[in-house]
Amino acid sequence: MFDLIIYTLFPNVGLILLIIVPLMLGVAYLTYVERKIIGYIQVRIGPNRVGPFGLLQPIADGLKLALKEVIFPAQSNLYLFLVAPVLAIGPALAAWAVMPFDAGLILATIDAGLLYILAITSMGVYGIVIAGWASNSRYAFLGALRSAAQVVSYEIAMGFSLVGVLIAAGSLNMGEIVVAQEGGIINWFWLPLFPLFIVYFISGVAETNRAPFDMAEGESEIVAGFHVEYSGMAFAVFFLAEYADMILISMLAAVMFFGGWLSPFQGIPGLEKLFSWVPGLVWLLSKTCIFLFFYLWLRATFPRYRYDQVMRLGWKIFIPVTLFWLVVVAIAQVYDIGFWFTEMEVADTLVQGV
Amino acid sequence: MQHLIFYSFASILLFTSMMVIIVRNPVRAALCLVLSFFTSAAIWLFLEAEFLAITLVLVYVGAVMVLFLFVVMMLDIAETPLQEGFTRYFHVGIFVAFVITIEMIAVLGASHFGLGILPSPIEHPEGYSNTKALGRLLYTIYVYPFEISAVILTVAIVAAITLTLRKKKRKTQDPADQIKVCREDRIRIVKMSVASPQKDNEEVES
Repeated sequence: MFDLIIYTLFPNVGLILLIIVPLMLGVAYLTYVERKIIGYIQVRIGPNRVGPFGLLQPIADGLKLALKEVIFPAQSNLYLFLVAPVLAIGPALAAWAVMPFDAGLILATIDAGLLYILAITSMGVYGIVIAGWASNSRYAFLGALRSAAQVVSYEIAMGFSLVGVLIAAGSLNMGEIVVAQEGGIINWFWLPLFPLFIVYFISGVAETNRAPFDMAEGESEIVAGFHVEYSGMAFAVFFLAEYADMILISMLAAVMFFGGWLSPFQGIPGLEKLFSWVPGLVWLLSKTCIFLFFYLWLRATFPRYRYDQVMRLGWKIFIPVTLFWLVVVAIAQVYDIGFWFTEMEVADTLVQGV
Repeated sequence: MQHLIFYSFASILLFTSMMVIIVRNPVRAALCLVLSFFTSAAIWLFLEAEFLAITLVLVYVGAVMVLFLFVVMMLDIAETPLQEGFTRYFHVGIFVAFVITIEMIAVLGASHFGLGILPSPIEHPEGYSNTKALGRLLYTIYVYPFEISAVILTVAIVAAITLTLRKKKRKTQDPADQIKVCREDRIRIVKMSVASPQKDNEEVES
């Protein structure tokens, strides 16, 4: 028992901290970058008072939130009110366990990694729903209902687009999905699975309740939605969860469709040698940053969707598109059409099974 | 160590399952059900059935219970009326509980369900993938039952949707109509002179 604690628990806790601490820093500076980028898009300067170029702004914000009073609304369900932020951030952090950062650099190599991510992220909606219900506020409740409906609908489209990835890769294992994309930028899955990639990313934006799909918050309609009654640290936890989810979706997009840690110059004679010293983690992080920039770009560009339009987009456009493209991918896979699908041992396993 | 984890999960499972029926607030009951699903998924992991465990979380916790909670939250059931009729139905309840206990003993008793009859699961070699094994079985030997059940579920969905759409008067948006709208449909510009608005208005109307 004691050995077990020393040899398995402590190293694992260390590894978990090694993921979570940079993630939290990333979240802090994502808020800074968001304000800066949206500022520049709208021809403003953005935060520039705290520290050089306003770089200490997220730290000042964090301190402010930590010192603020947490207010409990009258008649609220106190216990659930406090559990809700925890339920929001728990899944947002737990999903990182199966993220492949580099070849072999992964906390938990489980064979059903992709499924695990889908299952864990689908639990994030509980935080929002419970927060909305426990707050005993009409605005919060409406926000929670909108969010629940939206997340459940977009989960289907998102799940199906990832099914396309797993058909193409022939594995649910996150590491193997990346390895299956080996061989240069045209071998990454974004090309054969382009419609699925588009559906995945837009659904990802909808899943995280970000603009232009932020009906759950909808400042102009329902004040701030599900977290309107939260203040101080409890609010900060929701904020952390939302941004951690954004980073997660972006990194998943990089892993599923853009070759994860693989170098984009693979297979190009001169450049491949030139950039071979760059570690895979750097490629993964830079791809992630591109998708994060898309998030911010979308937010600065588009007005909020109307609620019925969001539902229409999810159910009547995205799901048919993914279903159609799944058939295309499956046919391509079975008949070995296209050079990007690695030849799988599907046929062999089928024969063995019979 | 394995026993410790198993028994702690099992006791959480039993406790939350009890709470589902004991707790008065329906939202809390639904949340207890969520927790019991989650713990049973954790117990399935001990059987090396990671695919089934994760699917349980994905389908039941991630989708079914969210919709359940959605409905329960909207119902807004007052807590007191639920207790009414407790004494009235008490004897029926006792009878049903008795029958269920007898049935459970008959099926799950030591003579049918003991360790001697059901062997403990086989230890799988390293690199065994529950997901692959299940997939192989589902798409080869059990492909017809699998596909027939899929068709039945689709029929159920279609039926459910038709039942909701039975009512004739429904408020719907036609996106094509919405797109076709042009400025002239919505705006009428009325030119008025500042000096005598009264007279000007009459002119426009004529």
